Amino acid sequence: MQSYLLRRAWQSLLVLFGVSVVVFLILHLTGDPALLLLPPDASSDDITRFREAMGFNDPVAVQYLRFLKGAVRGDFGESLRHGEPAMHLVLERLPATFELAGAGLLIALCLAIPAGIVSAVRRNTPVDYVSTVVALLGQAMPTFWLGIMLILVFSVRLNWLPSSGRGALDHLILPAITLGLFTTARITRLTRSGMLEVLGQDYIRTARAKGVSESPVVWKHALKNASIPIVTIVGIELGTLLGGSVITETIFAWPGVGRLSVQAIFNRDYPVVQAAVFILASTFVVVNFLVDIVYTYLDPRIRFR
Amino acid sequence: MVLLRRLLRRRTALFGMLVVAVVLLTAAFAPVIAPFDPLAQDISQRLREPAWQDAQGRTHVLGTDHLGRDILARIIYGSRIALLVGLAAVLISGVLGMAIGLISGYFGGRVDDFFMRLADVQLAFPFILLAIAVIGVLGPSLRNIIIVIGVSSWVVYARVVRGEVLSIRERDFVQAAIALGSRDTQVLIRHVLPNTFTPWLVVATLDMARVIVIESALSFLGLGVQPPTPTWGGMLADGRVYLSTAWWLATFPGLAILVTVLGINLFGDGLRDTLDPRLKI
Repeated sequence: MQSYLLRRAWQSLLVLFGVSVVVFLILHLTGDPALLLLPPDASSDDITRFREAMGFNDPVAVQYLRFLKGAVRGDFGESLRHGEPAMHLVLERLPATFELAGAGLLIALCLAIPAGIVSAVRRNTPVDYVSTVVALLGQAMPTFWLGIMLILVFSVRLNWLPSSGRGALDHLILPAITLGLFTTARITRLTRSGMLEVLGQDYIRTARAKGVSESPVVWKHALKNASIPIVTIVGIELGTLLGGSVITETIFAWPGVGRLSVQAIFNRDYPVVQAAVFILASTFVVVNFLVDIVYTYLDPRIRFR
Repeated sequence: MVLLRRLLRRRTALFGMLVVAVVLLTAAFAPVIAPFDPLAQDISQRLREPAWQDAQGRTHVLGTDHLGRDILARIIYGSRIALLVGLAAVLISGVLGMAIGLISGYFGGRVDDFFMRLADVQLAFPFILLAIAVIGVLGPSLRNIIIVIGVSSWVVYARVVRGEVLSIRERDFVQAAIALGSRDTQVLIRHVLPNTFTPWLVVATLDMARVIVIESALSFLGLGVQPPTPTWGGMLADGRVYLSTAWWLATFPGLAILVTVLGINLFGDGLRDTLDPRLKI
């Protein structure tokens, strides 16, 4: 068990290292970071001086080590636009993104798990068909279009809910639904197929045969065993949610890391882009490590692999 | 043929296949089908409602946009970019993922460890964020979009192919080929690769839907193929500005994406259930 967790911790560290390499390389893709960071009208003298000052003439490996040294201390340089440390800007926006992603995940779990279970238990009934069609549509619907349509109906037409900004709970509803729908659809389908598989097992038949009534069979015997893939996908879906937050935050003017990074890309404010990408990717790695720990409790077989 | 018949017997898969066929034909024959020039502006006819008839008695079935361009024509032409990016990116990532999966699964050990950690790194990034960061640096162009999406989407293919290789490698015909002294590349290409093709195809089909959504998201953010070329995402971005006055601008391009993606997904699901029901994607 401990050796398993140690191995996973080591793997997570390796992945974080890889993440840092990719984040570093973003700036070096065109070959000349100085041209990216300076305004287009900078004179060639300025560029030369800037290159020297930033150490862009050093070998790439030296530059990477310098970057890594900064990155582990949370130093990604100053935002070119705001004159503040880039990391500070990102951390300031992080709670907003977590709030949105958390709300999206909560909606997804509250809708998807019951829907998936009912679908599986009442297989091939109208309830199952409706839930399957909704899940299929949810998986095919682009986030940004869903967001716009929700604004069209609930903000522009009905004037029920605000279409932008962060504030009271009513501000959270539309963005959270927008962000959560795809995940809802995915978890619904996964829960349904997982439950169907478990409900066909011998131990379920045994439970029924020995006279256990239907609801404990479904909720205790079946759901417990079907929950393992659901926990895995929650970890993976976090990546989808953090990625989706980029689009959702842009549509709803939600002041989170996603919107900050889109703005930073358009302002060519690359230190902020690097800090944002690094933080979101690291969040994903850390959460998935935590999911793995939860996992070992749910499924003791894993500890001995 | 048997497979095709089995596939067609599933109603949802049939529906998906029909949608895919219609989108393909639309893209191929866009100039013939489109009722108007997708780029022709006419400010006097801007923001007209769906089914609007102009002075010459021609109908704009889905209305016109803020520059007086016909929305139906733009949606029809937009399918070209969506499919082009979809096919090209899927081809790049599919070939890349196939190669990595074959090598990883066949040789195992350190090579395998390296590629699987690389896959973890790739998956750690919110895809769209990495894509917009890289395209922001390189500049948005059709070529860059295809390359960025293609190069960063190999993981699913590699994982599925690797899984298949792990079991195929132990089969008698592969062991026999190795025992007879075939070189590794020969074994991989002649004996292993053909047996991984089916799951690969299913992944490629389903991934195509994802790539089309990514392409339209990039266009929506202004980092896709640049105007005036019509793209579904770009049309949506335009329509968002006129949401309170002209609902049709944003509604129809989104429907086009929804229907296309739904069709591909249903087709892909059907393909999986017919070809390889064990496959979990």
